[in-house]
Amino acid sequence: MKEAKKLICITCPKGCEAAVWAEEGEVKLKGKICKKGKSYLEQEFREPKRTLTTTVLTRDSRLKRFPVRTSGSIPKKDLFRAMEFLASVEVSPPVKASDVIIRDLLHTGIDVIACDDLLE
Amino acid sequence: MVQKTHIDLAIIGAGPAGLAAAVEAKRLGLRDLMVLDRDEKPGGILRQCIHAGFGLEKFQEELTGPEYAHRYLKLAQAEGVDFALDTTVLEMDKDRVLTVVSAHGGLRQYECGSIILAMGCRERPRGAIGIPGTRPAGIFTAGHAQRLINIEGYMPGRTVVVLGSGDIGLIMARRLTLEGAEVKAVAEILPYPSGLVRNVVQCLHDFHIPLLLGHTVAEVHGDKRVEGVTLVRVDDRWNPVPGTEQRIECDTLLLSVGLIPENELSKSAGVAMDERTGGARVNDFFETTLPGVFSCGNVLHVNDVVDNVSSEGETAAHGAYLRLKGRMPDGTSMVPIQADETIGQIVPHCVSAQNDATLHIRVKRPLKKVTLRVGEGFEKKLPFARPSEMIWVTVPREVFRGTSGPVMVRCEGK
Repeated sequence: MKEAKKLICITCPKGCEAAVWAEEGEVKLKGKICKKGKSYLEQEFREPKRTLTTTVLTRDSRLKRFPVRTSGSIPKKDLFRAMEFLASVEVSPPVKASDVIIRDLLHTGIDVIACDDLLE
Repeated sequence: MVQKTHIDLAIIGAGPAGLAAAVEAKRLGLRDLMVLDRDEKPGGILRQCIHAGFGLEKFQEELTGPEYAHRYLKLAQAEGVDFALDTTVLEMDKDRVLTVVSAHGGLRQYECGSIILAMGCRERPRGAIGIPGTRPAGIFTAGHAQRLINIEGYMPGRTVVVLGSGDIGLIMARRLTLEGAEVKAVAEILPYPSGLVRNVVQCLHDFHIPLLLGHTVAEVHGDKRVEGVTLVRVDDRWNPVPGTEQRIECDTLLLSVGLIPENELSKSAGVAMDERTGGARVNDFFETTLPGVFSCGNVLHVNDVVDNVSSEGETAAHGAYLRLKGRMPDGTSMVPIQADETIGQIVPHCVSAQNDATLHIRVKRPLKKVTLRVGEGFEKKLPFARPSEMIWVTVPREVFRGTSGPVMVRCEGK
């Protein structure tokens, strides 16, 4: 076993641990892991992905920040680049929950969508 | 003369518990109801919880806090729920008269057929845990920092130490990191994390933030602003171990050291309280010891999952409906529930035995290969039980029937 990564499964609250490594292009894992956990850990080993939830600026409301999220998960390594990009985004009403705020964020194929209504 | 109006049902708090209670009460056919909230917009704490993880049970998808609140608000609007926002309840008396105040409506009173308490909880402040050191600026509770960042648009600091590994502390460690702060450590006095495994992994491991278990803050440094904290290891009785002190330079200390149900109104009305939960003593319809007054969600006991909070709101609405229709079982026929020392908290405190009863249990310490026993006739096996994860177990009504005394709940395990 070379360069095994110790990963914790988060598909359920149990938090099982597994050693995960690559062997001849395949992902191998050692540990008592269920089927659902296995597919999560394989993905987590190959390319960890996260849903980014954050806020963007708004000036047209009693609140200063407006909640948004990515419509799906994006590569973990892109999180900080996404934050930097979203720092310059501003929204104005009217916005409805689920409206697309940014299409194809950083060419990930994933959109940034509104988490709430922003009314005039 | 203060204006006094009668309403069938008043719900105090428009967070997840109050919104779900309102929707359910309307669906049951209660028409004359009002949801009161001191904020300008319904949603409660969900509005600042912009992270995902809500709604897996209620909506079968993973939503952020604002999205979950938005879904419930839409349901409430579809049912025609009335809100009194920017409105603070000043007083509740034992005859269910609420005294409320708002800038737009002044001082007024509601005479209520039933009341559902859904005020949520507050954070335990620094004073409650006695951290030594100076009193500089830069010490925030985690939820306060969350509001500053996510709603008001302020960064509380640049270099941060978090005390307490509850879910809010972990989520704020990630949030601060994403917003450009450096989170130097999360210290937890217990030998295990208080928050969910998922949050330990995705909020700390993802960003290489060290989690120091069995550690606490020995001293806060700084005069005008926090300049650093000294962390120290503690023994199993939480006494500092001399020689293990380490000073960490930071300008901000975040406290995530527990939540306390906000029960000032309940106490002033004379509702009997449970010292362990910090909430009201209730039956299985979540009716308190004051007939017609119900309690649900985090004001009853601090929950881990919002979907459960909403479900509790629905249960309270059922209770209020039964009370208003004169169909609530008589209090004297209730069977008391007792727990032994393996149980940290349990709700409800007595059951009607008319329906199967759902018990909400927190164990005192982590256990493996668990057998949960209720009375003599019921047991449930669980692979593990942790204080951070509330157990919901539905017990058939037969278990509570034919018993003369209290029904005992206990948890065995390794």
